[in-house]
Amino acid sequence: MKAVAKAAPLVDIADLSVTFSGGRAPVRAVSGVSLQVQRGETVALIGESGSGKSVTLRTMLMLHPARRTTLGGRLVVAGRDVLAMSERELADYRGKVASMIFQEPLLALDPVYSVGAQIVESIRRHEPVSAAEAHSRALELFERVRIPSPERRLAAYPHEMSGGMRQRAMIALALACRPELLLADEPTTALDATVQIQVLILLRELQRELGLGIVFVTHDIGAALEVADRIAVMYAGRIVEEGTARELIHAPRHPYTQALLRSRAHGALAKGQRLVTIPGAPPDLSRLPPGCAFAERCRLAQDACRAQQPPAVELAPGHRARCLRTDASADTPTSHTA
Amino acid sequence: MDAVVRKPLLAVRGLVKHFPLKRDVLGRGGGVVRAVDDLNFQVLAGETLGVVGESGCGKSTTARLLMQLIEPTAGEVVFDGALVGSRDLPLKEYRRQVQMVFQDSYASLNPRLTIEDSIAFGPQVHGVPVREAIERARSLLDKVGLEPGRFAERYPHELSGGQRQRVNIARALALQPRIVILDEAVSALDKSVEAQVLNLLMDLKDEFGLTYVFISHDLHVVRFVSDRVMVMYLGEVAELGAAESLFVAPRHPYTKALLSSMPSMDPDRRTLDAPLAGDPPNPIDPPSGCRFHPRCPRAEAVCAQRVPSRRALALQGATEGVACLMNEPGSGHTAVAPAQELAA
Repeated sequence: MKAVAKAAPLVDIADLSVTFSGGRAPVRAVSGVSLQVQRGETVALIGESGSGKSVTLRTMLMLHPARRTTLGGRLVVAGRDVLAMSERELADYRGKVASMIFQEPLLALDPVYSVGAQIVESIRRHEPVSAAEAHSRALELFERVRIPSPERRLAAYPHEMSGGMRQRAMIALALACRPELLLADEPTTALDATVQIQVLILLRELQRELGLGIVFVTHDIGAALEVADRIAVMYAGRIVEEGTARELIHAPRHPYTQALLRSRAHGALAKGQRLVTIPGAPPDLSRLPPGCAFAERCRLAQDACRAQQPPAVELAPGHRARCLRTDASADTPTSHTA
Repeated sequence: MDAVVRKPLLAVRGLVKHFPLKRDVLGRGGGVVRAVDDLNFQVLAGETLGVVGESGCGKSTTARLLMQLIEPTAGEVVFDGALVGSRDLPLKEYRRQVQMVFQDSYASLNPRLTIEDSIAFGPQVHGVPVREAIERARSLLDKVGLEPGRFAERYPHELSGGQRQRVNIARALALQPRIVILDEAVSALDKSVEAQVLNLLMDLKDEFGLTYVFISHDLHVVRFVSDRVMVMYLGEVAELGAAESLFVAPRHPYTKALLSSMPSMDPDRRTLDAPLAGDPPNPIDPPSGCRFHPRCPRAEAVCAQRVPSRRALALQGATEGVACLMNEPGSGHTAVAPAQELAA
């Protein structure tokens, strides 16, 4: 990755904030996220519900209702300032530069058109090609995502396909216009175990073959470790820790990452042993504390943690944690290092 | 497994559930979904029986059959020696002893009842005086970690998902049941909340001497909570055995594939090849012979013709078994050890 890192990153997010208004109080879903993704790199955003991972991802495609959303900071994808785009520019950008796959393909695909027709439409929306040429590209895409008997499947409607097949069809649709960036929002969460691993392996292969940048949002650490080069852990709208997949699993330094890894019922745990839990619940995003949002649940928290936002501490090149107590957290064992 | 021989509390014999399909206007279609076919197993007193499998394997149908929420096409459920639905054990009495917690914590609570009233409702139906039922509800709220003073009067929408699931657990316990069926009860929760609820379930099991049937698609969680595990595939039991031995040395090729589909949790040892191709087939028209044979790496011609015997599981006191021709002496599969052939 080092050689690539010198080039301009594919995604450059600096101090991004997203606030939703319209409810009783404005909700600060993302507060100050900075993240870079290189070409050909897969970054996983992990966290629990309400951590801001999906909101960050959807902002990269400007999918939030404009009237109720206040955006701040900078978001540049492939050299273009996404936050400043007009509707027209966005329509060109979506699908062509960046595209997204979702958790539930049945909702993402149009039920009244065959899957092939949707791919052809997408290609012809962005490129001046004939219908026949678009069709042969759709066929090629179906082969690429390894759909058996692709010619027949192109004519199928979404409801006629099985769950894993639909997910592959949606990936084909997302790749139709050869985007540089693929945004994946929990794409394997609704799939069965034996199908999930197939889709994860497929994403890994496509990323390599096409040199895609991928941002992969998931709450499943196992899935993230299968595909990601780097992992960013989110909590209450901020990235609290970021590093390579290896660093995050073997040497996590933010107390939240550590607690999250320990609270999993992983195979290494002896039966009958109690799971380590994180006391309390995540904070209300409409009333965020001035200091570290995790402080009230953190076993290492001190007064200083509650006073102001902890800065990002660089622990190793590329491995950062937003925590004042990284010294104290260093020797905490996790169940995975054993 | 403990050395102590545990008595079966619940025995399932030859349970079948077929859902008929509607015919269209031209009279086409019809047929049945074979959701559950010839299920035989026992739940031992005091154990946690984990049930795993992919969508369409019949795990939720099994849960609903155990609860008698749907009527079986064939087969019987025996609870503590008495046939469910017979004169010895009428349905209402059985349902007091067997309770269930569902995945969707919100849909399982009446939105117009305070949680205290929700919990006290069941006992009142079963003849417990109102005051006593409310008292029981409050003490259960305390047991599941929700301070009665703060929570008793709240409505379901005022609680978080984890808190609501605690309420559902309290409600299931309000009838003082002996078995609780947990159908994906922690699947919708975030990991840190899931851990809290799993700990709670383990504590309650010890305190009230409960028996659990724990249905989940999350293999890590099932391994962690279960004494024995039952693996289902397309409406049938593929393998049943002690949790540790099943996870360490799976015998059925499907169990092996399922386990090796689990993410490795190590970026240096990623899974390179998917153990199975394609999706689980449709239970409307299941494959002949062994239902797993079209996806099985060890399948031979005989697997398409011969149905693996599930007799072993139907035997009195059977706690483990595997429905695979490779483990069946005389089946004709070449993997059957010659010694086994001789013994047969």
